[in-house]
Formats: sequence, C-alpha cells, structure tokens
Amino acid sequence: MSLLEVTDLRVSFPTADGIVQAVRGVSFAVERGRTLGIVGESGSGKTVLTQSLLGLTPGGQISGTAVFDGVNLVGLEPKSMQRIRGKDIAVIFQDPLTSLHPLYKVGWQITEMIRAHDKSVSKKQAMERAVELLGHVGIPRPRERVNDYPHQFSGGMRQRVMIAMAISLSPKLIVADEPTTALDATVQAQIIDLLLRLQRESNTALMMITHDLGVVADIADEVMVMYAGRAAEKASKRDIFYQPHHPYTKGLLESIPRSSAAAERLKPITGQPPSLIRLPSGCAFHPRCAYVMDRCLTDQPELVPVAEAGEHRSACWLPAAATGLSDDVEELRRRTVEMGRTDEAAKVAEKIAAAPESEGSVIA
Amino acid sequence: MSDLLNGQAPAGPEADAGDDVLIRADNIVKYFPVKGNGLVRRTVANVQAVDGVSLTVKRGQTLGLVGETGCGKSTLARCIAGLIPVTSGKVYFEGKDITNLPRRTMQPFRREIQMIFQDPYGSLNPRRRVGAIIGDPFAVHKTATGSERKKAVQELMERVGLNPEHYNRFPAEFSGGQRQRIGVARALALRPKLIICDEPVSALDVSIQAQVLNLLSDLQSEFGLSYLFIAHDLEVVRHVSDAVTVMYLGRVAESGPGNQVYDHSRHPYSTALLSAAPAADPDAAAERQRVLLTGDVPSPIHPPSGCRFHPRCPKAQDLCGTTEPALENKAGDPSTHLTACHFPVEAGEDLARVGRREQS
Amino acid sequence: MSITEVEFQATAVENAPVKSIEGRSQWQLTWRRLRGDKIAIISMVVIIIIVLAALAAPLVASATGHGVYQAFPNNGLTADGAPVGPGVHGFILGTDNTGRDLLVRILYGARISLFVGVFTTLLGAVLGVSVGMIAGYFGGWVDTILARLIDAVLAFPFIVLALALAAVLNPSLWIVVGIIAFFAWAGIARIVRGQTLALKEKEYIEAARSLGAGPWRIMFVDILPNLLGPVLVLATLFIPTAIGVEATLSFLGIGIPPPAPSWGNILNAAQDYYQVDPWFVIFPAAALLITTLAFNLLGDGIRDAMDPRTERIFAGRKTGRRKNGKRGKGLNLDNALLVGEQATMTVDHPVAPGEES
Repeated sequence: MSLLEVTDLRVSFPTADGIVQAVRGVSFAVERGRTLGIVGESGSGKTVLTQSLLGLTPGGQISGTAVFDGVNLVGLEPKSMQRIRGKDIAVIFQDPLTSLHPLYKVGWQITEMIRAHDKSVSKKQAMERAVELLGHVGIPRPRERVNDYPHQFSGGMRQRVMIAMAISLSPKLIVADEPTTALDATVQAQIIDLLLRLQRESNTALMMITHDLGVVADIADEVMVMYAGRAAEKASKRDIFYQPHHPYTKGLLESIPRSSAAAERLKPITGQPPSLIRLPSGCAFHPRCAYVMDRCLTDQPELVPVAEAGEHRSACWLPAAATGLSDDVEELRRRTVEMGRTDEAAKVAEKIAAAPESEGSVIA
Repeated sequence: MSDLLNGQAPAGPEADAGDDVLIRADNIVKYFPVKGNGLVRRTVANVQAVDGVSLTVKRGQTLGLVGETGCGKSTLARCIAGLIPVTSGKVYFEGKDITNLPRRTMQPFRREIQMIFQDPYGSLNPRRRVGAIIGDPFAVHKTATGSERKKAVQELMERVGLNPEHYNRFPAEFSGGQRQRIGVARALALRPKLIICDEPVSALDVSIQAQVLNLLSDLQSEFGLSYLFIAHDLEVVRHVSDAVTVMYLGRVAESGPGNQVYDHSRHPYSTALLSAAPAADPDAAAERQRVLLTGDVPSPIHPPSGCRFHPRCPKAQDLCGTTEPALENKAGDPSTHLTACHFPVEAGEDLARVGRREQS
Repeated sequence: MSITEVEFQATAVENAPVKSIEGRSQWQLTWRRLRGDKIAIISMVVIIIIVLAALAAPLVASATGHGVYQAFPNNGLTADGAPVGPGVHGFILGTDNTGRDLLVRILYGARISLFVGVFTTLLGAVLGVSVGMIAGYFGGWVDTILARLIDAVLAFPFIVLALALAAVLNPSLWIVVGIIAFFAWAGIARIVRGQTLALKEKEYIEAARSLGAGPWRIMFVDILPNLLGPVLVLATLFIPTAIGVEATLSFLGIGIPPPAPSWGNILNAAQDYYQVDPWFVIFPAAALLITTLAFNLLGDGIRDAMDPRTERIFAGRKTGRRKNGKRGKGLNLDNALLVGEQATMTVDHPVAPGEES
C-alpha cells in the first residue's frame, strides 16, 4: 500500500467574488522511498493541494480522501493533525525565515521540535541530536552553530537548518514546497544533493512542489503536472520529459530556453492561466491549447492511461498514441485535430493562432 | 590594480569613435560605506559591491551578465544607468563620458538608456493608471502631450502585446507577465538605444517568461536595440546573449562570446555555476557531474585576498590566495574570451573529480 | 516580498472576476469596502447632519426670531436670573446664562468647531505632507534639520504655549487656528516622512529616476498619490482632536472670545449652572461628543477600508474588523485569497512604517 494515497481531493474557498476552486479532484499516491514531483505554475493549485493535506488551509472547503499510513488526513481534527505534522510528515518551505522563529537559537528550536513529539528525550540528548543533525545536513562547526540565531545563517544554510529540523523526527514523508526557489544555482545544487542523499539513507518519501522543471528533472521519480487545479499529466520523470502527451506539458517543455537550441525562437504557451473562479468550460486548458477540438470546449477530460505499460496518464482528448515529441506524433496530432474541429473550436484556435505572442486581455 | 587587471588597453573615449561599441564601462568601482554607530557615524568599512569591472555592449547586441546574489551585477547595472554614482571608473556612451553627470546634463542620455526591472509588482506605481505610467517618459522629456501622447502610448501597448483599451486601468489589474510588458513599453517609449534588463523574467512563470523573452528579441531586431541583460538563470542568458560576462563577488571571473563561455568555460567558478544550473532534461541531469562548491559566498565587506574565489575553488593553490589573477586572454582561446584565473580549466578536465578529492 | 507572495498575488489577480476589473482607483475600492461598514456610514450621516445644521444656523435664528447675540432677559431667564430649560417660552433647548437661545448658540458654535477642525487639519496636512515628504525624499542634512524640527514641535508643551500666547495676544479665532495648526503638522509630517522613506526605496521610484524625472516630479507624481490614503485617515482622525482642542482652549478662556459662540465657551459659561439647569451643560457637551465621536468612527472606518489586511473575505469567517489585523505570518493564505487589487495595497497601511516589517 502506498504511504499516501489521495483520492479525488477538492479544495475550494468561498470569497466575496465567488468560489475559488483551487483544487478540483486530484488523485495520486506517494510511495515509500520515492519522490513525487508536483509541477505547476502560479494558480495551478499545487501549493493549496499540499497545504490542504497538512490542514493548513483555513477557510477552505475540502473533500475527498487523503489516506496517510492508514489515517485519513481530510477532516482530521487539528490535534491529531498536529501530531502527524512534524512527526510523520515534515514540511520544508520556500522561505525558511518565515518558518524559523527569529528570536530563538536554532539549536533550541530543533530540541523543542524533538521534545514536543517525544517527552522522554532529555534536553541534553535533544541538543546532542540537534548538533548531530546540523552536522549531517552539512553545516560546518555544528556545535558552535546551534547557538546561532536564524538570521546569522545564509539563505542556503538556513534551508539546511530547516531540513535538519524536518528530518529530526525521522518522518515518513517530507513535503518540500519550492525549497530551492529562493536560492542561487550553486546553493540550489547543494540542497538538492542533500535531499537526495538524505532520502537514500532513510527511505523517506518526498513530495517536491516546484515550478521549475529543472529541479524535477534532478530529483523526482514520478511527476504530476498540474493546471488550473487538476492533474494534466502524471507519469514517470522520463515519460514526462521525453514522451509528453498533454499539450500543456509539451508547451511547458518547449517554452524553456535550452542550450541545444540557443538561437531558436522560444515557443511560449499563449494566453494566461484562467481565473479559478470562472473556469473555462470543458478542458480548462482549451483557451490556450493549439490542439483545441470541439469536445475540449464541452467535456472535461479525465486522467486516463495513455500507455499500455506503466503508469502514464494524461487528461487530454488527443488519442493515447499522440505521445512524444517526434514529427510523426506531431503529424498524428495535426490530423486528429483537423478531424475533431468544427465552428466553435476553430474560432478558438484562430484566436490562439492570431495572437501567438500576446497574453490576451485580462478578461480572457 | 585596474588597467593591468582588465587585460585591456586603457583606451580613451576616442577608441569607441566609429566603432560599434555603444556603451563602455571602464574599471567601475562601487563601494557602499558601512557607517559606525557612534555619534559622528564614521565610515568603518566598505561593501565592495563592484570592484574594478569593465565591459562593453556593442550596437544591436546583447551582453548577458550572470552571477549569483551579491556578485554586484545589479549594482553595476545601476552604475551604468547613472542611477547611483560610481566610486571610480568611467562610463562612456557612444564615446561620450557620462560618468556621474548631474541630472540635467544626463537628461539627453536618459533617453538613450532605459531600464526594465525585475519585480513586475514593485516597478509600477500602484496608484497610477497604466496609460500614465507608459506615458511618463513623454511627460518627463516633454516630447508629446495630450492626445498625441495617448496615441503614442496606445501604439506602444499594442506593440508589446497589451490591449490598448486597457489604457485607464491600474497595474493591479494585470497579471505578472502583462505588468512586465507594461515595463517594457515604458522602457521603449523614447526609442532608446540601450535597455538594461535587470532580471526581467525571473519573477515570471516559465510559459510567460518565454513570451516576454520573445517580445524582447522581436523588439531588438525591430528597433536595433542593445541589451545589457542581467539574470541568474544561465539558460535564459544563453538564449538571449551574444556575449556573456560572469561576475563573482564584485569582479569579472570570465567574459567572452556566449558559446565560448558556456561550452568552453575556463574559470572554475563559471564551470561550477554552469554545472549547477538545473537542466530540464533528466538524462542530462543524471549524466552531468556537478561541481558542488563548498561554503558560502564570502562577505563583500571583507573579500578574500588574491583571487576572490580561492577559498571555494577546487583548483586553488597558494598563489591564488596572494596574487589577484588578471582578466586576460588564455592560450588557445579566441581573443575576445577573457578569464581571470591562474589555473584555468583545461578542455576535458573533470572539475567535479578534483572537487571530490579536495573534499574527502 | 517573498516569491510565494508574488505568486499568490498573481493568482489572485488572475482570479479577480470580470466585474471587479474595470479600471478602478483605490478610492473606488475603499468606498466599496466602506459602504459595507455600518458604523462608518452612520457616522458619515451624522457628520452630514451636523454640517447641514451648522449651515442652517441663520435659518433657525430667523425662524425662532432669536439672534445669536440676542439676549432675552425677560422670558429667557427665570426670576432668579437662571437660564430656562428646554421648551420654555419657545426656547427649544432652553437658554444660556444671559438669556440667549441655546439652540441658536450651539448651531453657530458648530460652525466655529467645524471650521476650526477642518481648516486647521487642512493647514496641518498641507504643511505636514510638504515637510514630511521633503525630509523623507531628500534625506541628508535636509532631513536632519526637518526631523529635529518635527521632534521639537512634538516635544513642545502645548497648553503652556497656548496659555503664553493668550497672555501676550488677545485670544481670537485665528490664534486658535494658528496654535492648533502648529501642532497638527508635526504629527502628520512625522508619519509622512516615514512613509516617504519607505516609498523612496520602491522600484517604481527608481524607474522614474531612470526615465530622468526630477525630485519634484517624483514627489508629486509618484510619491504623493501613495500618501493620500494614510493622510486622509490621519486627517479624518485629527479633525475631532482639533475640535476638542478648540473647545478646551475656549473653555479655559484662551480660545474663541465671547460673545462669539463656541461649544467650549458655552460650556465654560454653563459650569456654574449645572445644578440649576443641567441641560445648559448637557446640550453643548453632547454636540461636542457626538461630533468628535462621529469623526473618530469614520476615520477608523476609512482606515479599515483602506487596509486590506483587516478584511477577511472567507465567507462566514469574517473576523474582527477593528482588530487592526496582525494575522499569523507563516502561510499568508489570507493574502492568497484577497483579490489582487487589495493584496497590493499594503503601502496604504496608515501606521508608522516600522510596524510593517
């Protein structure tokens, strides 16, 4: 059984302007010792998704189930959730400064963390453990540095402290929400290296939420691409990068500048993500999709398998065979779209083709 | 220390005349004083943000400036744009010395040098309408008024891919990418020759980032613009740049034609930086040998002696701690490829292995 | 601002529904929020009534036939020479100690109070904004001098100065205005200076400088619009203070000189009669109380309406509007769900900039 099994999770926030449907029926599983990368842009719901699992979405209406180690996290009372959070599920945020208390020494914060979940540990033992942990995550002179305050650490070192705190209770699952986004490339490389090493050592499961496909390429085993609160595509890392099926995944990959095609023109995705209050009909991606067909305007595609072997799933009306980046596949896509497109969809497609470089109006 | 270091002849302004050099920064030094707490608030130290950097941007070309937080790239950009006075050094625009000019004398050059900022939220005044923001350059330079200005602004909006009917809206009503387009339109208004882009796409989503990069490249060919393009994303810089300068802790580590620096980097720092950049390609990521640097970037208040990179450099020897390497052409490199290193990386050398041996 | 926040804001902007997208200024947004605040709206109505009543003072005087300086010793005073109570002999609120119509006196007094309140605030705001903005923007020795000046004025013992001035000069309306304005500007200047220091670091100011805009243009075009919100709140909250100070000075006999009516000098005259005719005290005191309270509540309302952090838009979870929102930092989910326009308005928070960080 998977360590975490999420089924049809939905999160919405009633606001004065309407209901924000942040997460709209997402299912996935995280296995022990594996890394699931969740990729998405602003407003894709990836952050709300993970926060809702941890009971960190006040005011949100959550439905569905999220079974972690036999316990359903959805609707769990705050006390039990608190016990799980930190002990069994550890969280690493993008900005460690907001999660570390500025007025306490980091050693104290780690020992508190340890002792809050296990009172039998003495202060001295906990401090020893803190020193050991800081050393383990690569902080030089840990015995001295336990007595430093968070602001005395650099950004990368602070993230290491956060990681030390996260692994202090040997969690079964680490949720990392953009842990390297605020860091420079060389420091980011160090942190990713550290996370990979820790995971190998302890067989911890890792959920990595990021907007950076580069980070995913480095660290993930499986990848889920999110768009407008739903999973667009879910597959092994290699399938996502080399055999993408969903046009959004393909679009993301093509919009990254690559060294192999330095002089070529980038192919951005036109338009911008939709409002989560007034979502487009059918497939939420259709107003930006170059392969828009009639049924995309009316029917919402489910996440279905697109390959016989393995677990490659995509939520797109294109045929399962339209997987990959080769010219043949592109030809198949083109032919499919030609057949499946009449008036309405043709108009949408025209609009997309007419303004390839503009983001369109606010009122998309 | 400077002229020697640059490896370039300390050419005067006449060197640029008739040349295709648009802007030349010569041995720029920018120190920010650190004041003491005493009554007199004496200067107790200096943040050596930029310490002797020279660069040139050629007409119609893009110079990419890369480096990590605190390397001084943004400070350098502001020195070149004349937004902050330089401590020493010279900035020449089309051969004319524009260093530390008073505001009024600088005014004609402001029309030629514009800036695009990183933060699409912070760089637009939330209280002003988009039309007024984009029309600002016309108002400041009194080049167009009334309906003429409105027309010019709407043309600009159309050109950068915004709906001209949104003239009366406030910045908050636009998304991040659209706001960055507003910033581009404002920078474009006076038809400048040089646009300094300070991390123009760092705050944007990947798909939107590509839209803005394409827009910038279209504008470059349409108006013959030159860009000084600052970013920490190496792939983005590679994509847009003709030439690249890598900075570390206030100094230039390496500079040269883009492909040269990216594919045949000679400075160990450039090599490490390039190897650390995340590539959206799992196989490449698995194959790649990362040069993992140890430690943090030292404080620019007390930079290391000699080569500033030496405490973190896998190839460092005693010489590196005592003698500052000159930025010079290394044997076998094209003449425009300059490296400031005593022991440059040789072709085929595996720095990652060197690094591992050092660490163990 | 962290990148997460940026992302949240971006999401929020994109999520803003169509109806909220038409080009709206901060004032329209503020007004929309203010409209939902019952207390503020009631206060506003009360203030409008007071203003109308003050304007109508001459009409009331002619309708009742009682001039503001006109004493009615025959039917306006009791046999003992004490003022009469409300309703007696056609004096709706009774009379004062010399037999003048209290209602007419209070209405004319309202004119003085409102004039002093609004005019001194305007004067103080113009001066305070100018000084604060110049000090904050230019910095250096200009700032050093102006900041010391502000501190000096704020440290000045107010009543002592008022008493001293009154002793030297004859009390008059203009001296009252001068004294109040003199103290009004410094408080505003101090806050404006702080705000300007913060605004000066914004990237859009740098953008304006890179366009070649000069310091005055930057101050008026870029900084001032961002200051108007906080200054409006400060001003609204200063009006009742000014009214109170005028009343205090007049009560002490160093403000508006009788026979000109002011709530303060009416109260001064009334203090000997509170046992004989309590209404003589109650009516002017109530006028003063209601007016200052209304302005204060309206000011609070405007402040809340301008500060997005006090508005929680989760339906059914509308929490303490007036708690002057310091909510849990950590996740910033609240910001996430504010519509974009609100989320970017934090500059407006009319408190000392120190609190922001």
